[in-house]
Amino acid sequence: MSTTYLEAIREGLWEEMERDPNVFCIGEDIGEYGGAFKVTAGFLEHFGAKRVVDTPISEAAIAGASIGAGLMGLRPVAEMQFADFISCGFDQIVNFAAKCRYRWNASVPMVVRSPSGGGIHGGPFHSQNPEMWFVRTPGLKVVCPATAYDAKGLIKSAIRDNDPVLFFEHKALYRKIKEDLPTGDFTVPIGKAKVVREGRDLSIITYGAMVWTALEAAETLAKEGASVEVVDLRTLVPLDRELICESVRKTSKVLLLHEDTRTGGLAGELAATISENVFEYLDAPIVRVTAPDTPVPFSPPLEEAFLPNAEKVVEKARWLYRY
Amino acid sequence: MTAKDSAFAPLVYYPLNPKLEVNPMSAVEATGAETHSASTAAGSPQAELAHKCLYYMLLMREVEDRIERKLYRQGKVLGGVYVGRGQEAIPVGSALVAVPEDVMFPSHRDMAVFFIRGVSARRVLAQYMGRLGGLTRGRDGNMHMGDMSVNVVSIISALAATVPVAAGAALALRYKGIPGVAFSYFGDGSTSRGDWHEGVNFASVQKLPVVFICNNNQYAYSTPLNLQMACANVADRGPAYNMPAEIVDGNDVLAVYEATRRAVAHARGGQGPYLLECKTFRMTGHSAHDAAHYVPKGLFEEWGKLDPIVRIEKRLLDENWGTQEEIDELHAAVTREVDDAVAWAEQSPYPDASTLLDDVYESQ
Repeated sequence: MSTTYLEAIREGLWEEMERDPNVFCIGEDIGEYGGAFKVTAGFLEHFGAKRVVDTPISEAAIAGASIGAGLMGLRPVAEMQFADFISCGFDQIVNFAAKCRYRWNASVPMVVRSPSGGGIHGGPFHSQNPEMWFVRTPGLKVVCPATAYDAKGLIKSAIRDNDPVLFFEHKALYRKIKEDLPTGDFTVPIGKAKVVREGRDLSIITYGAMVWTALEAAETLAKEGASVEVVDLRTLVPLDRELICESVRKTSKVLLLHEDTRTGGLAGELAATISENVFEYLDAPIVRVTAPDTPVPFSPPLEEAFLPNAEKVVEKARWLYRY
Repeated sequence: MTAKDSAFAPLVYYPLNPKLEVNPMSAVEATGAETHSASTAAGSPQAELAHKCLYYMLLMREVEDRIERKLYRQGKVLGGVYVGRGQEAIPVGSALVAVPEDVMFPSHRDMAVFFIRGVSARRVLAQYMGRLGGLTRGRDGNMHMGDMSVNVVSIISALAATVPVAAGAALALRYKGIPGVAFSYFGDGSTSRGDWHEGVNFASVQKLPVVFICNNNQYAYSTPLNLQMACANVADRGPAYNMPAEIVDGNDVLAVYEATRRAVAHARGGQGPYLLECKTFRMTGHSAHDAAHYVPKGLFEEWGKLDPIVRIEKRLLDENWGTQEEIDELHAAVTREVDDAVAWAEQSPYPDASTLLDDVYESQ
């Protein structure tokens, strides 16, 4: 039976809670209501209020309480109702959680789950991709799964990790994609990227929902004779620099793609990494396709113009292919 | 409970990173320091408590005096130095109530909490000097330190940030069925922060075992109370959270002790959090570089008369809990202990620059 991206996260969370009594969920509306997106529907009935903690609208308290519980040896899984609201708990995450181990050797095993991304007409406060705020904070791990398999495997790895993990779930994927998942326990390692389509002529390096955009573009380009490789980063911290460089060495042309805005987006770091390590292999300038440096607009024509899509990727990739 | 006889309960906590070989000692591991037992006084439990209070207040005063008035001026302590001179009764009177299962969240003027949990003056001084012997091995300075093996959580500079973390620790205690209480320390200024209110509200809604201990020293850096809050007392904030709140003389260590016992009994009994406002006065500037010219004339003199150490010494004599000779000997013992601690800390090496990249993650 096929499992959606949302069900995969839910299954992973459920199985970890069954496996380890120290795992519990905390967040807004996650109990009786089952969460804004219903990821935790049925959890309260099964696991009880002790392990499914409904909180006031207090992101700093959700993040802070998770830190306190993590320090005491529990494994909290906090839900930010929308990734956009994570800024309300920012200090707790970037100053408290991220720095405990380095400063005083304290483990803070906690996962912050955040539905991120646009394409659902959510407007400026329900569509953002805030991952880079955390990517540049040493001490945090950042995970952005693109498939149901990875979502399940990575949520399990995140829960078992002894460091704080930011887990970004692309909300446009929740019910849009599904696949058959193996039965039984499996995990996906944090920090490992994956080549999801092999190619020879150019590499598209991306993550999250844009993996599907890249695959769609690759399919179109294949008809034009271009063999496109697609690399799904899966984890932004730690970044799999080895696989990125390996792909560039193979194709010598690279297009960096993300839904996040341009300046300070991951593409800049990827471009620098490629330039520092495999510059000699490049046969063309590094190309970026990203959202522009604006807030995420609401109205459909504006949001469509804002979001990268296969058409925009194809256009840039075609130029790169012919370079 | 003294530093020496504390037998810490088998709480589940993560061991130190095995990668970290430079300084694998836990907070209470013997540094060889001769710690004064503070219980030489025969007699009533009250006499013993008074002696203990005096010892820890003297130790905190002496360590902080050395740091602020000597080592800082000699350039041996760098960075910000914030002391709790005149406010020692608050950490001492409260932390002496704690049992090993309790989780402490001392703020930046609560050094005595560390001593009471068994952390030696040697390690505290090494921490201030940026040495390997400090609890953070040079990664952080001053009171920014903690050790989960003795259930002490480190503050961060945005002080109120520990308040929701304390609520989370209390949640974990209840989750695990451990009858412990979280001791959450903060100043008057912290109560203006959003995360203070979020943490207190969450603790109240969940009826978590937290004792919120406010050191109201009437200044947040240079900002006086009337620019900090519109209510007269921090305790006035309690009723809004359906939380008992009590005002106590923060310069009377035995009063703080008794009030903390009431607060802890409430919290440990499953009745939810309790707010304790300890009224005191900051007898210094915000930090060592601040001359506090903004404090109206006369206030330091007025509050100086209420010094908690002078008061407990007078009480000790008045109640016949001890003699002047015993008090003098305690002063001398503390001086010796701190002399030794300074020497030990100065001999502790600086961290090697090659360790800069270690321990950002558990495995990296």
